[in-house]
Parts: sequence; C-alpha cells; structure tokens
Amino acid sequence: MSVDPRAGLHDESPSGEVREETMIVNLGPQHPSTHGVLRLLLELDGETVVSCRPIIGYLHTGIEKNCEYRTWQQAVAFVTRADYLSPFFNELAYCLAVERLLGIEAPPRAQVLRVMFAEMNRVSSHLVWLATAGLELGAVSLMLYGFRERERILDIFEAATGLRMNHAYFRIGGVVMDLPEGAEDRIREFLAMMPGRIGEYEAILSRNPIWIGRNRGVGYLSAEDALALGVTGPTLRAAGVAKDVRRDEPYCGYDTYDFEVVTREEADCYARFEIRIEEMKQSLAIIGQCLDRLEPGAVMVQDPKVRWPGELEVGPDGIGNSPAYVKHIMEESMEALIHHFKMVTEGVQVPAGEVYQPVESPRGELGLYVVSNGDHHPYRVKIRDPSFVNCQAIPTMMAGGLVADAIAVISSFDPVMGGVDR
Amino acid sequence: MRAAELAERVRAAVAETAVVVDVVVARDEVTAIADRSDLLGALEKLRNDTELSFDFLSSVTATDWPGRSPRFWVAYELYSLSHRHRLRVKVGLPEEDPRVPSVTPAYPTANWHERETYDFFGIVFDGHPDLRRILLPDGWESHPLRKTEELGGVNTRYKGAFIPPVDRRTT
Repeated sequence: MSVDPRAGLHDESPSGEVREETMIVNLGPQHPSTHGVLRLLLELDGETVVSCRPIIGYLHTGIEKNCEYRTWQQAVAFVTRADYLSPFFNELAYCLAVERLLGIEAPPRAQVLRVMFAEMNRVSSHLVWLATAGLELGAVSLMLYGFRERERILDIFEAATGLRMNHAYFRIGGVVMDLPEGAEDRIREFLAMMPGRIGEYEAILSRNPIWIGRNRGVGYLSAEDALALGVTGPTLRAAGVAKDVRRDEPYCGYDTYDFEVVTREEADCYARFEIRIEEMKQSLAIIGQCLDRLEPGAVMVQDPKVRWPGELEVGPDGIGNSPAYVKHIMEESMEALIHHFKMVTEGVQVPAGEVYQPVESPRGELGLYVVSNGDHHPYRVKIRDPSFVNCQAIPTMMAGGLVADAIAVISSFDPVMGGVDR
Repeated sequence: MRAAELAERVRAAVAETAVVVDVVVARDEVTAIADRSDLLGALEKLRNDTELSFDFLSSVTATDWPGRSPRFWVAYELYSLSHRHRLRVKVGLPEEDPRVPSVTPAYPTANWHERETYDFFGIVFDGHPDLRRILLPDGWESHPLRKTEELGGVNTRYKGAFIPPVDRRTT
C-alpha cells in the first residue's frame, strides 16, 4: 500500500476553483526577529509579500517630552536611552548641539575621546547587528562570536564610564572624566585582536552559499528610492551613495582623520553586510589614530557656569561624586556647596536659539534639533533617529519578495526600536 | 558655500514667489521663514535650483509656543547631497487653525515625519496620504508634546483599576 506524498498539497481548492484572495499575516510585535517590538502587517499571496505596513510605537517612552522637564545636563541621560545600541552617538549629537547653542567647544582631548568612544560604539553596534542577523538567517555561531567581541568593548566602556550601556559619559563641554588607568592598553589589545576576528566572520559568511543565497539580490532598494524615503547609513551607501556625515559635515575634527567612506553598488542585503564589515575595519583604524593623538589635558571646559561642579569617579554602582569632593562641599567650603547646589538644581543656562546637529550613527544620520528659550531646561529636543526614517523603506524593500526574505530585509537595515519609538 | 552666501542665494531663488518672508543666519545655520500658502512650490524651487539643490529632507518637526502668535512653528530640515549644505524652513501656524500643506509630493520621506508631528502637536498636514497617529495608540486623546499637556498626566488602567498620573498620586 502506498501513500501519495503529494496528497493534500495540490494548489487547487477541493471545489476546484482557484483561490484569488490574499492573506493578512501579522509579523510581530513580539517576534524574535523583528529587533524589538516592530509589527508588520504582511499581505501575502502564497509565499509572496504583496504589501506590507509597518506599525511602530510600542516602545514609545516620551524621551523628547521628558527632556523638556529636566535641566540641560540631565537631558543627556535621557537622549542616551533612545537608540540603546548606540548611546554614545545620541549623547554626542545632543552635547554638540547644546555646545553650539552655548558657543563653546570641548577641549582637544575630550574631542579625541569622543571620536574614540563613538567609533568603538560603532563597532559594538555593528557586532550586535552581525550577531542577530546571523542568528535570524541560520548562522547561529555568528550570534556567539558577535556578542563575544562586543563584550570586550562593553568591558572597556564599563571601566571608563561605569556602565555598559546608557553611559551619559559625554557631557556638555566635554566628557565626564578621563580614561581610567590601563584603558589605553586594553583598547590597544582590542585593536590587535579584532582584525583576526573580523577575518573569521568573513571566512564564515563571505563564501557561504546559504548566506549568499539568503542575502544576494534580496531587499533591493535603489539609490533614488532610498533618497526619496530619507534612508541613510549603510543602507544608502550600499546603493552607491557616499553620504557620511563624518566626511560631509565634519564634527569633532573628523576631517583630520584618515578613513574611507565605503560604498557598494548592488543595493541588496549582501552589500549592506559587506559595508558593515568594512566599516568596522575603518572604525578600528580611526580608534588607532585616536590613541596616537591622545595628549594629556583637560577633558571638560573650565567655565564653572558650564561644567559639572563635582569631581566624579567610577564607584561600584556607576559614576558618582568622589568622596573627597563630597567632604569638600559638606565640611570645608560653604561657597562650594552653594555653587554645587545651584549647578545641580538649575544647571546650565543656554542662550535662546535653535540648532540642528547631525552625526553619523551606525544606522545613518542621527540629528538632534534642540531649541532653547534661554531657560535652564531645553525647550524642545527632537531626535531625528535614522532607524525611524529607515523603517519607512520596509514596504519598498519587501514588495514582491518572499516571507522568508522579510526577515533578511529587516535585519539588513538594522533598526533599533528604542530609537524608532523614542 | 558659507552661510551668508547661502542665505543670499536662497533669497534670490525664492524672490518672485513671495512665500519666503525672511531669511535669517544664526550659528552658521540658515533659516528661511516661509508662509504656508505655497510652501510646496517654494520647496520645489529650492530643490530644483541647481546651485541649491536641496534634494534631501532630513527631518520635520514642530515647536509649540503658547501665548505667542503664531503659536506653532513647523521646521523642515533640508540638505543638499551635492553641495553639502543645509537649510531650515520654518512655517508659523496660528493656534485656531494649525494646518499646513503636506510636502509628501516633493519629499516622500515627509510621510512619517508629518504623521509624528501630527501625533505630537496636532498639526494637520493637508493633502497627506495617510494622516494617522504613528507612535501613540490610535485612540489616544490630546497631543502630548504641546506645552499645555503636562508630563505624565495620564490615567492608566491596570487590572480594571485606574492609576492616577504620577504627579497626582497620594501614596
């Protein structure tokens, strides 16, 4: 007795008529491969995606509104939580914007430290992308490799800032404190290790037929469409447009660093993978240049009306006032206590005006539009998050593809929902 | 192009339209104050002028100034890929009629930006293809980033009970 293996698998319905209606499928918001809480309404015709509607907002925490109720200094700790995989970039854009409103500039050493931490953050962010993208497309070992190396970066961050994420390390007028002892050696060690590790990722993926099959020609987004939809970052550079804020509108002295803006022409998921791998190499080169440039010096402006009054140091629970400073204000100097109290409760006063400050985050152009009315609080802080804008391109990248490709598409432009929903 | 030159060039490009009321330079940024009547036409002029070619819209947002006239300012951040310069276009909107033409025909990326601005400030973008809330739930009342809305002033329902806003809790 034999069983027909194709029984029940025929395309025709039992009545013999061809079904023409499409099916609506909900992908997310709680789906492990949607990078957080992204929800997609997919309209399917069999396995083909006919149309797609992204629905966002599940992670909205009102960061922009909250900033208006805090002092200028406190707002750093809010914006850093928007895109939680690239906290340094949020802080950087905000601090640069406020510094432009104040008409001040961070000291040279602080500028170099900012570039160095931002680039390490770019590598760690791309590593998370690599790890999760690998996991979603079946290369599970990549998951372990990516997070293993990221851990090394987070250890350096923790040693320097006291926290692994949401550091609030960049402050208005500089950075909160200098590097701890031995940090430079650890960074050098990391720089020596990484090229080999990146080689490993390439060895696993670059000639891997499954990886190529899942990514090559998938999620095509032409340069024209990308620009019309406001897409920036690796997704745009994968379509051949060399837009990089670091080079086009340099900040923190990026014009004096030697690095390349990597582009590809294929505009598919595989090109985005190649770009991120190359960008990691470029970032490592920049970090090396930063280490060579680190000269001793102040890391915060000296103006007492801007700088945080306390001496800070890393304690067991993160950054806090150093015990010596607490003793000084509590027992020795009344004036220091008054000044401390004023700076902590009121903080900086920023002249009225408005500024839009773009920086190149791992996901594209991150812009902060900061408005002051001359008060001790920001009047408006708008975060132009690249993930938010890039999500608009999901329907274009997915239309006509397969459901399985939807996952490749989402991971290829690396949205972080903390940034999308803010 | 330096900010002053750019401002001059913007003035010349939109001179005959009379939509741009003023061009201001502050902190190396050029801001064009525009009237909402033919905003789309003005933006298209700025985009198509070869010396300006503002072909990329970075961001759209608004600010709320209650008690002033106009109460709302909508700000468009334009960027030129070929010339690498920026321009902010601002449009003032009165409190009783916060409406402005949508710029989605010229810049499709404005779609979500305008939805967000509508969601946060209640500014209506005429001609927008799909003007719904984007970050807040569809049934949400009020537009939370208006200055008249307080922070955290929202009741929440938990297991059938209403939890008062954070700033009005007694315990």
